[in-house]
Amino acid sequence: MNAASHFRDAPGMAPRSIRMSLDGETLLARPGETVAAALLAQSGDATRRTPVTGAGRTAFCMMGVCFDCLVTIDGRPNVQACMTPARDGMVIRRQIGARRLGDQP
Amino acid sequence: MSPDLVIIGAGPAGMTAARIAAEGGLRVVLLDEQDRAGGQIYRNLGAAAGRDWLGPDYARGADLLRGLNHPGITHQPRATVWRVDAARGVIWSRDGESHVTAAPHVLIATGAQERPVPFPGWTLPGVMPAGAAQILMKQSGMVAQDAILAGAGPLLYLVAAQMIAAGSPPKALVETGTDLRHALAKLPRALPAAMTLAKGLGLIRRIHGIPRHHGARDFRAVALAGGRIGFGFTTRKGPQELDCGLLLTHLGVIPQTHLTRSMGLTHDYDVAQQAWRPRLDAWGGSSRRGVRVAGDGGGIGGADAARAQGALAALAILHDAGRLDLDERDRRARPLRRALARALSLRPFLDAAYPVPKAFLAPPDDTIICRCEEVTAGAVREAAACGAHGLRLMRTALRTGMGPCQGRMCEPTVTGLIAQTTGCAPSALGPGRIRTPVKPVTLAEIAALGRQPEETA
Amino acid sequence: MSADAGTAIIGGGIVGLCLALGLAARGHDVLVLDGRDADMRASQGNFGLVWLQGKGAGYAPYGRWSLAAVQEWAGFARRLQDLSGVDLALRQEGGYEFFTDRAEFDAFGQDLHRQAAALGDGFSFELLSHGDLAQRLPGIGQKVVGASFCPLDGHVNPLRLHVALRRACLASGVRLAADTPVTTLRALDRGYEIAGPDRAIRADRVVLCAGLGAATLGPQLGFRAPIRAQRGELLITERVADPLPFLSSTIRQVDEGGLQIGGTKAESDRDSESTDQMAVLARHAVAVWPQLADIRVLRSWAALRVMTPDGYPIYQRAPDRAGAFLVTCHSGVTLAPLHATRLAAWIDDDPAAPDLEAFDERRFALS
Repeated sequence: MNAASHFRDAPGMAPRSIRMSLDGETLLARPGETVAAALLAQSGDATRRTPVTGAGRTAFCMMGVCFDCLVTIDGRPNVQACMTPARDGMVIRRQIGARRLGDQP
Repeated sequence: MSPDLVIIGAGPAGMTAARIAAEGGLRVVLLDEQDRAGGQIYRNLGAAAGRDWLGPDYARGADLLRGLNHPGITHQPRATVWRVDAARGVIWSRDGESHVTAAPHVLIATGAQERPVPFPGWTLPGVMPAGAAQILMKQSGMVAQDAILAGAGPLLYLVAAQMIAAGSPPKALVETGTDLRHALAKLPRALPAAMTLAKGLGLIRRIHGIPRHHGARDFRAVALAGGRIGFGFTTRKGPQELDCGLLLTHLGVIPQTHLTRSMGLTHDYDVAQQAWRPRLDAWGGSSRRGVRVAGDGGGIGGADAARAQGALAALAILHDAGRLDLDERDRRARPLRRALARALSLRPFLDAAYPVPKAFLAPPDDTIICRCEEVTAGAVREAAACGAHGLRLMRTALRTGMGPCQGRMCEPTVTGLIAQTTGCAPSALGPGRIRTPVKPVTLAEIAALGRQPEETA
Repeated sequence: MSADAGTAIIGGGIVGLCLALGLAARGHDVLVLDGRDADMRASQGNFGLVWLQGKGAGYAPYGRWSLAAVQEWAGFARRLQDLSGVDLALRQEGGYEFFTDRAEFDAFGQDLHRQAAALGDGFSFELLSHGDLAQRLPGIGQKVVGASFCPLDGHVNPLRLHVALRRACLASGVRLAADTPVTTLRALDRGYEIAGPDRAIRADRVVLCAGLGAATLGPQLGFRAPIRAQRGELLITERVADPLPFLSSTIRQVDEGGLQIGGTKAESDRDSESTDQMAVLARHAVAVWPQLADIRVLRSWAALRVMTPDGYPIYQRAPDRAGAFLVTCHSGVTLAPLHATRLAAWIDDDPAAPDLEAFDERRFALS
């Protein structure tokens, strides 16, 4: 864990002004960006653990095809981060294994 | 008021068709999964002002975006189509709610996805498709750093050139091998696309100063400390070991056919492109009346071909709707067909120049080939040897394709592995049956549908 | 000319593989001819229930046969797991039938009383009001008016049952011929010729386990084979980490975590899913267990049941000559332990085999 992001902003990009949270820590995004992009901009770490073996994965295809970017957003599990525009105040949690039934803690 | 035409996908094919159909007097609903129109090629173009480093081809989509400003076009963004029902219409989901849009004409323009590039370690964080890195450039202005580009195909060079222009050049370009001898035989047919070819060669020239490795095979990625990737491969010079923050791979694109296959449309196996595609007539007409397909979803042709195909399909729909007589349709189609032929003339050259190495269709045993169910190539080979001789029997045996991606990431590889083990042709193994919903939707959404069969959009 | 096989079994589904396993265990040379991957396959669209409640309420022989099967499942599963190395995930901890319609609940209760009368001590059940149920299953939906519960009911992982049978057959010396559809059957002076588009083989005996395919193949050997297709649809969901606190005939959780929701019946020979039935299933699931509302459906599924006119199995010897058999049933998972043992003995003319006259297809000629 704690891998630095493998991306940097191109020259002239606006600052990240959208504030969200990832497992309690601040996660920033820029308007028009997806949650998956914000996650990749912050770190190179896994953003979920698979339900089968617990392997770490993070966003992969960025176009809604592979379902490797699943996270819990505002209490809804298994949401595709790469298809979700970032919004102020979003509460994001890494998806650890299979989803739960009923309300998320 | 119900529309005359539903278009699924707002890339070059869908946007072109929407404009022409609307100008011809049809009410068009344009459903698209993204927040903004553009498809993958022109993704986020409407909000990417100032990013000249993405190059002139990207900016060429601007006229298509402007074309959507027409009162006859209703653009529904973030609309995920999950079923096309012969009786009810197109069923789509947004924000946890499903809607049904019925129309006499449906145009499917769902484009392409990147071909999966499976090798040991491709599931590690830090390994990504090159196209995904390009999407991040377009949508977020994020550029990969400390990255290696590996694979083959024009997109690899384009992404390299864009990274250089953005001031973050790749640290190496690792190419699986270009079959130029085979490709040169196809070159005369590609001459009509000489401009595109020249642009491609210009791209390759712009990649000077980047270390390049040719004829690379036996890809292998391992996780290093700090989230870095160790990338091993073999060339004629022997085994190579590089390391990087990001490994970006690419071996071309394949049509997205989950929707067309779920509808039971007839599909054919395209041997040159090593992928399935719906059987279409010269106007994009599928095996089902009222359903047309345009763009890369009907076979890979690129953005220019997609524009022409979208326009041809729109003309045919206008004619079917009684808005355009036969002569006018054919007159307007003539320049489009010339443009289409010009755009497609390059494909045989590209398909021959950048063949998919067999090792990626049937990778080593320790490769995870189904990312969702984490099934290895070795398990697929063993099950095939035990009689799982088809995609469905393989699904029964190993759950390949039963996860949320519904086989999008593993089907080409499962097909390749069964073909390799049993000796049959890939075309004899498919197309695999696709069931709806083609993207996951909640039980509540499906349950609510039963109460509102009438269209709601 | 010598035969290619002692016994040829036409159909590599659960019924055919169980019989192959049973006959191989009795020392026979068995060849299973399986069709194309895309053929209709009830064995790959089923629900995996090992189920007793409601069965044979109108036909005691079927009730007794099902009871024996349910009682023998645990031992069968152990043998199959030993032979194949595959975990079948058999759970026999009881199952519910949920009702949202009072009249249907009452009628089913009557059925269970009749079933109990026929089966005697081996069978038991409970009828639970909504209030009883809510105590036992606090998450139950308000629309559920009542439920029946049978402690003998259970389920297996149906996909792994199929895989286990294939592996156990191979380990027992059964030969499996894939991609070998059969179109014509012909009685020879000795044995049978079995032909398809790709090849023809000869066998001393032939057992027709071809599911819906028996409707056209059966008459070629003098069987009536009155079989029709009935479509059932399923919804399959994403994996859920928490165990679902119940098993029902319409909602179950496979051991990998995903849910199956099923139970529709449509008189159709097309195996395509329909929006209407998907909505019916989704509404049912949410009505029974409202917490399921935000669970995602990954795909639907439709498969064709192999139905006889009364819904009970047909076990039939060819009317005019020895060595040809028709075996067909809708409950191939529940009955698997008997098909692999007692039915194999019956085909083998073992004096200890059960009398299966109750499942003779001539019963349909009488009505």
